[in-house]
Amino acid sequence: MVNRPIVGAHYGLKDWIAQRGTAVYMALYTLIFAVCTLALPEFSYSAWSGLFSNGLFKFLSFLFFLSVFYHAWIGVRDIWMDYVKPTGVRLALHLVTLFLLVGYAGWAAQILWRL
Amino acid sequence: MSEVTVRKQRPKHLAINEIRLPLPGFVSILHRVSGAGLFLMLPFLLYLLDRSLGSPESFEVFSAVVSHPLAKLLLLGLLWAYMHHFCAGIRFLLLDMHKGVELQAARNSARIVLIVSLVLTVIIGVKLW
Repeated sequence: MVNRPIVGAHYGLKDWIAQRGTAVYMALYTLIFAVCTLALPEFSYSAWSGLFSNGLFKFLSFLFFLSVFYHAWIGVRDIWMDYVKPTGVRLALHLVTLFLLVGYAGWAAQILWRL
Repeated sequence: MSEVTVRKQRPKHLAINEIRLPLPGFVSILHRVSGAGLFLMLPFLLYLLDRSLGSPESFEVFSAVVSHPLAKLLLLGLLWAYMHHFCAGIRFLLLDMHKGVELQAARNSARIVLIVSLVLTVIIGVKLW
């Protein structure tokens, strides 16, 4: 009989929750984005950049990007863990993924706060 | 209590042309594929957002890039990936909350996810182009 506590170490629980929490936020943002975009009078530079100049929308958009990158980190890491077995290669792929996503976060901040 | 392990010789039946991935499994692997595709295309999407918000001149660059047929095809694929990931993700969240875990309900919701994400892709795709 396996008499092992199934709780305690919390391996992966934090990631599991983070993946779902970010998913819920991204789904809500997607709806907000859809409504705001549909409400634009026309798709021009002034209307489009005007939407993103709004402080609240900018804030929500940046949170969306952070959610995307955190969510992608968990998902892509799971893909590497499922299919890539050699430890060295897996570690290298994890690092590349992490560096890319951190870089994207900086890029997203720069795109939004230039406005 | 005897400790003899009986290893039964089980028949191996791997008829590849007969084994079929059930619909929920199909939705599940497409969730992974669409997520991977979106991740790989993140730099392109960020580049497009960057050009569209940079200045009126860079907005022109953005418009020129997205009107290229190849870019349109790629974006249509990414639109489907986003819609599928969105719909399948909501399904997984409901399954996490033990909603629709019965076999028939899970099959139905898998079918709904496939259809709704395709319909949304067509509707939004037509509206954008």
